Amino acid sequence: MAKLATLLGFGAILLALPHALSFSQQEILVFLTINVLLVASYRLLTLTGEWSLGHVVIMGVGAYASALLSKRLGIYVPAAMLLGAVTAAMIALALSFPLFRMKGFYFLIGSFAAGEIIRLLWKRFRDPFGGPKGIKKIDPMPDFDIGIYAFDFFEPISYYYFALAVVGVSLWVMWRIERSPVGLTFHAVHWQDRLAEASGVNVRAYRTLAFVLASGFAGLSGALLAHYIGTINPNSFDVEQMVFVLTWTIVGGTATFYGPILGCVVLTILNEIVLREAGFEQMRPLIYGLILILSVLFMPKGLESLVRGAFSGRNARKNSAGETEAME
Amino acid sequence: MIELLAQTGLNALYAASYTALVAVGLVLIFGVMGVINFAHGELFMLGAYAIVAVYADWNLPYLVAVAVGMTFVGIVGLGMERAFFRPLRDNPLGGLVASIGFLMILQALVSMGFGVRMEHVPPVTQDVIVITERVRLPVFRLAVILAAVVLLACLWAFLKKTRFGWALRASAQDPEAAALQGISINQTARIAMFIGAALAGVAGALTAPLISVNPHMGHSVIVTAFIVIIVGGIGSLEGAVIVAVAYAFVHTFVTTFFDGVIADIVGLLLLLVVLIVKPTGLFGSTDRA
Repeated sequence: MAKLATLLGFGAILLALPHALSFSQQEILVFLTINVLLVASYRLLTLTGEWSLGHVVIMGVGAYASALLSKRLGIYVPAAMLLGAVTAAMIALALSFPLFRMKGFYFLIGSFAAGEIIRLLWKRFRDPFGGPKGIKKIDPMPDFDIGIYAFDFFEPISYYYFALAVVGVSLWVMWRIERSPVGLTFHAVHWQDRLAEASGVNVRAYRTLAFVLASGFAGLSGALLAHYIGTINPNSFDVEQMVFVLTWTIVGGTATFYGPILGCVVLTILNEIVLREAGFEQMRPLIYGLILILSVLFMPKGLESLVRGAFSGRNARKNSAGETEAME
Repeated sequence: MIELLAQTGLNALYAASYTALVAVGLVLIFGVMGVINFAHGELFMLGAYAIVAVYADWNLPYLVAVAVGMTFVGIVGLGMERAFFRPLRDNPLGGLVASIGFLMILQALVSMGFGVRMEHVPPVTQDVIVITERVRLPVFRLAVILAAVVLLACLWAFLKKTRFGWALRASAQDPEAAALQGISINQTARIAMFIGAALAGVAGALTAPLISVNPHMGHSVIVTAFIVIIVGGIGSLEGAVIVAVAYAFVHTFVTTFFDGVIADIVGLLLLLVVLIVKPTGLFGSTDRA
């Protein structure tokens, strides 16, 4: 009951939040919402122990697919978004055949190479991908009315509510997946892969499953992004974006569901409030690089370890004792 | 046709020279420290900017600028070793991630110092050796090729003939056994990092007058270097040199007869195929990762 109340209160804050912000801050809030889905999907991928450097490109696959489907074939935008997510998952499935012959460091380089190939294909083939300039004038979300609220997607606040609903449902699905036997098997594949294999778990199939699911959600976040900003090009999904995702994830920590989301939210607020207000926006890559190095060096378990420390009295023992054991 | 092939071959030889320098540096660092330096392309970029600053802006002689660039980038390498590769020695993925962070820092610093537009470095010499009507070799390109050969020969002699070289190879083979023999792992890591970074820096410095210098030029360099070291077998210096030459020929010929993006795709596909079929690479024997 207390849990439900907390959840409702949190939801009310999220719904009220944009009304307290300026227009440009509302726009940032939309990006933040989309990025939360991206980092949460990245964590799903890391559950089985593999770190990909191609995740942002997979997000781009969803963006390109959704943009092209709605622009070229006139498919209804929300349906195109879902198809974009499916396309990203399918591409990930195809990539998993070569990539999952590798592990660890080789997987990292392999995923980087696979992502680069996809980006080069976007650059090379002007038809249909638009070459280096990418796709412009992507169809916006069509306005609609649900009785209590009329969505006018020219306003960022409407798109925020729409994205919040999509991201909320996606996060709930990912949460359920992680708590299901499938999710527990992901953990087993990560920390005890030999033992899991000996117990009859098809390790590679579970790695592939995590990769495909995570890629689907990343594709969905890409589709949300594409129909919001209206222009995408190969550089929207380059290594720099991947570094942001890595930084959010590592700064937040991957042991808990909320870790990467926390990292994303904290760093975005830091970026927007501190850097933009102080006029240091140009230094964003510099600061992110510095934060990435410092957190790898001094805070390998991420921000969540600080949160856990603060709540160590009752919550940590009750909720995350199992996870902490699994981490060591 | 013969002339076109000859000209493309000469172009490939030039591309091979600086690719080999970059890849060998990366392999040396990986061999001794067991970590992949993702910022290696940015060290190349720093070497090129050393030429922009010392040669183009301050008007000092080109060779002085190359020496300054090489030393400066080597020192940056020492800083990287001390700042994060050493504390993260037991965590190779952590070292790799830290070097990705460092890559962003270098790009941002150079962008702030020089601006993001392309820098034009005035040519050092415009003499051209005319072999036939349509086969020409600019003298400067020949100089780059010769410099790369000399540098690689020096490195080979250093590794095989000197005590430091022996120590370096010992700690690449087995760090613990080397430490038991009284070899300082920290010192061999410093030497490897200095040489590896300096090789990337000198490659950037040598090619700066022939390419467009900008803060993001490191990206294509690191992609090429990854292809070369993985295909060659990570940790194998000879493999890196051989594959650098072979890959430069493949890439240059595909670029000439199709286009540059297709050539990049072909290279990355080669990398994936090797990772699938023989992850230890064509010339690699043992697998450290």
